[in-house]
Amino acid sequence: MLNSRSLEVHWLGTVPYADGVDLQKRLVEQRKNDAIPDQLLLLEHPPVITLGVKTRDDRSHIVATPETLERERVEVFESGRGGDVTYHGPGQLVGYPIIDLRPDRCDVHRYVRDLEEVLIRAVARFDIAAKRTAGLTGIWVGDKKLAAIGVRIARWTTSHGFALNVTTKLEHFSLIVPCGIANKGVTSLAELTGRQIATAAVIPAVTDAFAAVFDRIVTSPTVQVQARTGL
Amino acid sequence: MTNVVMPQMGESIAEGTIVRWIKKVGDTIDRDEPLFEISTDKVDAEIPSPAAGVLTEIKVKEGETVPVNSVVATIGTAAEVKTASDTPPAGALPEAAVGQPEKTVKRSEWEVDDEPEKESDSQTNEDARRQKSSPLVRKIAQEHNVDLSQVQGTGLSGRVTKHDILGYIQLGKQPDQPAKKTEHPPETPAAPPAPAGPTFKPGENVRVVPMSVMRKKIAEHMVLSAHTSPHVYSVYEVNFARVSMLRDKKKADYEAGGVKLTFTAFIAKAAIDALRQFPIVNASLDGDNIVYKKDVNLGIAVALENGLIVPVIRNADEKNLLGLTRAINDLANRARSKKLNPEEVQAGTFTITNPGIFGALYGLPLINQPQVAILGVGTIEKRAIVIDDAIAIRPMCHITLGHDHRLVDGADAGRFLAFVKERLENFEEAWL
Repeated sequence: MLNSRSLEVHWLGTVPYADGVDLQKRLVEQRKNDAIPDQLLLLEHPPVITLGVKTRDDRSHIVATPETLERERVEVFESGRGGDVTYHGPGQLVGYPIIDLRPDRCDVHRYVRDLEEVLIRAVARFDIAAKRTAGLTGIWVGDKKLAAIGVRIARWTTSHGFALNVTTKLEHFSLIVPCGIANKGVTSLAELTGRQIATAAVIPAVTDAFAAVFDRIVTSPTVQVQARTGL
Repeated sequence: MTNVVMPQMGESIAEGTIVRWIKKVGDTIDRDEPLFEISTDKVDAEIPSPAAGVLTEIKVKEGETVPVNSVVATIGTAAEVKTASDTPPAGALPEAAVGQPEKTVKRSEWEVDDEPEKESDSQTNEDARRQKSSPLVRKIAQEHNVDLSQVQGTGLSGRVTKHDILGYIQLGKQPDQPAKKTEHPPETPAAPPAPAGPTFKPGENVRVVPMSVMRKKIAEHMVLSAHTSPHVYSVYEVNFARVSMLRDKKKADYEAGGVKLTFTAFIAKAAIDALRQFPIVNASLDGDNIVYKKDVNLGIAVALENGLIVPVIRNADEKNLLGLTRAINDLANRARSKKLNPEEVQAGTFTITNPGIFGALYGLPLINQPQVAILGVGTIEKRAIVIDDAIAIRPMCHITLGHDHRLVDGADAGRFLAFVKERLENFEEAWL
């Protein structure tokens, strides 16, 4: 019998985007069948631009030319999550919660607001006061986005999630119009604190906040989670 | 027969956009098998079928937004399958002409959530009509300057659907529709309607290329500027003999430090000093208030292959000529290689542009909003001029100030340009 409040947290290091998508698919199926408890995958991706469902046929929010992308070794992927185009890369903590929102959290807006709350609490540990901006998902410091959110839900089981800029190379965001929002900037914990922080060093803050907001108990992993390749 | 409805995916959610049908009409489907995907506020959700059977009809197409509990499809037996021919009405616009409908819907959701729903007694006819249309329809109406109360709704209880509004706009564009024309609101010069349909058709001897994001932004911004500011221009002629002499003299020193000394740096320095002297030119208009900027953040327009960008030198007045030169070179180089950080194109308070780069005598540039003035620099070339009743040959340059007459009068512009001219013609060596 699974404890419905258990949450297993995995730090996977650097995982190629495609492998991360595969891994999520497998875990979502297992979670739907109640074969595993809730999972929180934490990882980094090599430089990649991903398109949400809405933009999969429209690359106009990628500003960079194909040649620039090749030179900067940035891949482009179409993903199944919500939202517009975004960038992932080294120095960015990516979180993929694979959790069942039933029975008490069946509300997509609430889920997104809860993820924002997790991130706001996590960065508060670094003395950063991030906020929500009405109508613009993610967490913001002033006019700049510190973390992005894009989520997929299938029968109330979640996948995809959030991307928090820790020491992300912010210049890479100029390859795109982040989330289709042209007049706002991006920032990172490193830029805001003036300190270089290891991506993995943010994990305790994110995990604690996630457990608190979603009322989960972090338990030792019962599932071996490994991406197909790259590890 | 089972109706499939748009599910309510959360308390505050009033509508959803169908982004993908996983099944086609005629496909068999099991109960709980994924049927379609919807999108609301950064969340995409896969919706399972409520019943087993055959998908007999799809009522809401991909990309369309409907309120929760609307019927989006029906599931029945194979015999009930409807052909798809009754869905797309002729004259509907291609999706591209509407802009980015899904994004619009996503943002507008919040406005919908915040709308108080109980003020029905104070509602006008238009308000009522507004409530009977989706944010997407309202956005289209706004973009095309259409009064929604003029549009006949064919949807549920008179709701104006996307097809209604697009059909209405299409009719309004055809010259041989006098009856419809009278319904069309008068076109105001302040907000010209966007072109409704493609002017060119496939087969004509043209090449049609979608605008890049940058091109669209420039287009939007220029239309906004032209409609916001009454532009007035003053042109001065400046003798560049002294600047030219100083540049030749110092060029080698600067190059030794790895910096190319250009005329732009001299002009920037003169303009910055002038902005300090005449703060009204370094201001913005905010409603009934004049906002004087304490910082001088100087934008320099840089032409790119397929557009232009205006990187900004923050606190430009705190830099000496070497610092300015370095900043201009650095920003221009990174602008051309697309390596600018987002904040490096923001918060400008004044802009310099160089229409003379290809030889134009002078240009009449549009203001970079919300600034109130822009300095255009013409080509610098040797001309015969009169000095002390003698004809002399000097390197001459026209400089233009485009200014927003709401805030900057001709006299202000004249003083500003006279100051810039004086600074350049008597440039002090100590500033280098």
